Amino acid sequence: MQLSGNNVQPETSSKTLVDLRRGDAATLDHIDLPGKDARRLMELGFLPGVRITAGHSAPGGDPRVFQVDGSEIALRRETARRLKVRLDKTRPAPGMP
Amino acid sequence: MSECGDCHGCGAASVVEFPGPLASPKIVALAGPPNSGKTTLFNRLTGLRQKVANFPGVTVEQHTGIAELPDGRSVGIIDLPGLYSLSPQSEDEQVAHDVLTGERPDTPRPEAILLVLDSTNLSRHLMLAAPILALGVPTLIILNMADDLRNRGGHVDTRQLSAQLGAPVALVSARQGEGIDEVFEFLASAMPAPAPMELPVLHDVPKCREWAGRVGSRASYRPPVPPKWTRRLDSVFLHPVAGPLVFAVVVVAVFQTIFTAAVPLMDGLRWLFEVSGKWVAATLPDSIFRSLLIEGVWSGVGSVVVFLPQVLFLFLFIGILEDSGYLARAALIADRTMARVGLQGKSFIPLLSAYACAVPAILSTRTIENKRDRFATILIAPFMTCSARLPVYTLIIAAFLPNRPVLGPFLGARATALLGLYLLGFLAAVVTARVLKSSILKSGHTPFLLEMPSYRWPTMRSIGLRLFDRAKVFLRRAGTVILLVTVVLWIMAHLPPVNGKAPAIEDSLAGTVGRTLEPIIKPLGFNWKIGIGLVTSLAARETIIGTLGAIYGMDPESHKLGLQKALQHDLTPGGAVALLVFFAFAMQCISTIAVVRRETGGWKWPILQFTYMGVLAYGGRVPRRAPDQVIAASPPPPLPETRW
Ligand SMILES: Nc1nc2c(ncn2[C@@H]2O[C@H](COP(=O)(O)OP(=O)(O)OP(=O)(O)O)[C@@H](O)[C@H]2O)c(=O)[nH]1
Ligand SMILES: [Mg+2]
Repeated sequence: MQLSGNNVQPETSSKTLVDLRRGDAATLDHIDLPGKDARRLMELGFLPGVRITAGHSAPGGDPRVFQVDGSEIALRRETARRLKVRLDKTRPAPGMP
Repeated sequence: MSECGDCHGCGAASVVEFPGPLASPKIVALAGPPNSGKTTLFNRLTGLRQKVANFPGVTVEQHTGIAELPDGRSVGIIDLPGLYSLSPQSEDEQVAHDVLTGERPDTPRPEAILLVLDSTNLSRHLMLAAPILALGVPTLIILNMADDLRNRGGHVDTRQLSAQLGAPVALVSARQGEGIDEVFEFLASAMPAPAPMELPVLHDVPKCREWAGRVGSRASYRPPVPPKWTRRLDSVFLHPVAGPLVFAVVVVAVFQTIFTAAVPLMDGLRWLFEVSGKWVAATLPDSIFRSLLIEGVWSGVGSVVVFLPQVLFLFLFIGILEDSGYLARAALIADRTMARVGLQGKSFIPLLSAYACAVPAILSTRTIENKRDRFATILIAPFMTCSARLPVYTLIIAAFLPNRPVLGPFLGARATALLGLYLLGFLAAVVTARVLKSSILKSGHTPFLLEMPSYRWPTMRSIGLRLFDRAKVFLRRAGTVILLVTVVLWIMAHLPPVNGKAPAIEDSLAGTVGRTLEPIIKPLGFNWKIGIGLVTSLAARETIIGTLGAIYGMDPESHKLGLQKALQHDLTPGGAVALLVFFAFAMQCISTIAVVRRETGGWKWPILQFTYMGVLAYGGRVPRRAPDQVIAASPPPPLPETRW
C-alpha cells in the first residue's frame, strides 16, 4: 500500500464498512454523512462504538446486509463507504485499543 | 379510503368511523417501530382486517377501529405507521408523528398510547420509549412477539421494566393472542399518566441508546439467540448463484401455475355459468328481462368471474412473498437494477405491491424519504402489471397462442407470453424512471436503508383471510361496476328499437358509439367492438372482458362461439398484440388517477402521467403496422386447442 507523505494516521482509521467481507466484524468509529442521514443510521443502531458484522449481500456484493445491535440492515456500498470503522482483529496487535 | 373499495390490492375490511359524541369513547393510538406488530394487535383488538405483512412500512396511513371492552364500553383505536423516533423523515412517519402530537386536523389527539415494541430486539426498540413517554400521555408499553422471545431463549422482567419506565408494561404475543387481556385491562382502567422519570436528551441518539440499554439491563433483559433459520435461509436466498436462481425459479413457477393449476377451477366456474344460464333460460318466460339476464349478466359478468381462480393464485403467491419476509430479500437482489435507473432500493417494494394493484402501491411510496424519488416511483407504478390486467392478458393469450411447451413441462408458451408482458411493463417502468431521474426529477441521494425482517411462517389463517378478502373485492367489483356497465351496454344495444325489436347491434346506440370511435382505433387493428371495450375498461380494466362477453352474447353470429373464438374473429394476431400492448401501457384506471392526484397534491402529475402512458399505448404500435393488417379481414388460423 502506498503511503502518502505526511499521513501519520494509523491505517485502520481509513477503513470503512465496504472493506468488510462476509463474517468480518468491526467497530464503528464515526459516520461521515449529513446530520439527518447520520441520525437515521444511528436510530437503526449504527452508533459509534457498536460492533458491526458483515452478512450476506445481493449478487455482486452490493447492497450488503450488516448485523448491528440485534437487527439486520442492508446498506448500499455508497452509504457503507461513509461509515468509518476500526477492524476487530482476532488477535489484536500490541498497542492497539 | 374510497379508492380502496374498488381495488384489488387492498381488500381489507372497511374502517369504522368514530361514533358520534354520544358514545364519545376514549381514543388510543398504537405507536411503535416499523414491523413490530402494531397492525396485528390492532386487528386483534378491533376485529378488523387491516393489512399485516412481514416487512417494515406496511401501514402508511392511520386507520381507526373500535375495541369492545369486556365491560361493554368501547374504545377507539388508531393504528399508525411505524416510527423510529419523533423526528420524522418520511411521509408515513410524519403521519404517525402528527397524530401522536395532535397536529393532524382530521384526527383527534389520542388520550393514551399503546407503544408496541419488538421484545426480541428490545434494547434498540426501547429507545423509542423515551420520546413517547416524554409526551406525558398515559402509555402502556407492549413487548410484542413474546412467543418468539421465549422460543429463542430470551427473557425480560416486566415488573422491573415497568418500575424503570414509570409506566405499565405487558408482555404480549399479538399473533397468538397471549397477554391481550392485559391490554384490555389497561384500556378499561383509568389509564394513569406515566410517572415522571429521568429521560435522556431526546435529540442525542447515543444518549438515548445508552439509556435504553441501561433500562433493559436493569430489567434483566436477555436478548434471544439470533434466529438460526433466518441465517440458514439467507445463505440460500442471498447466495450469489443460488439466490438469483431461486428467484427465477419462483417467478417461472408462479406464471406456469397461473396457467395450469388455475385451469380446472376456471373450467369448473365456466361450466357452472353455462349450466345456470341454461337453467335460467329454461325457467323464465321469454321476456326483455330474461334476455337482459342471459345476454347481459350471465355472459357479461360471468365471463369476468371465471377468472377468479387465477387472480386468487396470484394473491396466494404475493401473500406468501410478503408474509414470509422474502420480499425484503427480493428488494435487495433487485436493488442494483433500481440503482442503475437512479432509484432507491426502497422503490422496489411499492413496485412489487403494484403487481396486486397500483393504488396501495402508490400509497406505500410514502416510506420513501426523498420526495423526488417518491414521485418518480408514483409515476412508474401503474406500468407494473396489476391483477386487473391479468384476466385480459390470459384471455387474449389463450385465444391466440397455442400452448406449446417451451421449457419441457416446466414452462408453456402461454406462460412465457404472460411473463413477457409482465417484463414489458417492468421495462417500461424502469426506462421511464431513468428518464425522469435524469431530467425533471433529478435529485441527490438519500441513503438506502432496509431492515431485513426475520423469516416467519405465513399462517394458514392469514393467507386464507387474505384470499377471502380478495375474492370478496373481486366479486364485489364484478357485481357492481361490471354489472352496471354491462346493463347500460345492454340497454344501449337495444336502442333505438326497430319495429318494436332490438336493432342489429351495429346500428344500435352502442354500435354507433363504437363505430364513431372506430377511425381512431383502426390504426391499432381494433374494430368498434373492441373500441367499446376500451371505453368501458376505463371503469376497471377487466370490464373489457365483461363488455366483450355481453356484446358477443347479444350478437347472434358470435353467440355460439364463446368468448375466445369470437375474439379470434374480431382481431388479427397483430391486433391482439396491439391490444396487449395497449393494456400494458395505458393508464385506464380512475382509482389510480385519483390516488396520484391525492398523493402528489394536484392535477399536474396525474395529467402528465395519463398523457405519457396514453401516447405509449397508442404510439407504441402504429409505426410497425402493416397496411393490410387493419381489422379482421382474413379468417384467423384455427387453433388446435381451445382450452385455457
Ligand atoms: N411471532 C410473532 N410474530 C408476530 C407477532 N405479532 C406480529 N407478528 C408478525 O410480525 C410481522 C409484522 O406485523 P405487522 O402487524 O404488520 O407490523 P406493524 O408494526 O403494523 O408494521 P408496519 O405497519 O410496517 O409498521 C407480521 O409478519 C406478523 O405476522 C407476534 O406476537 N409473534
Ligand atoms: Mg402496520
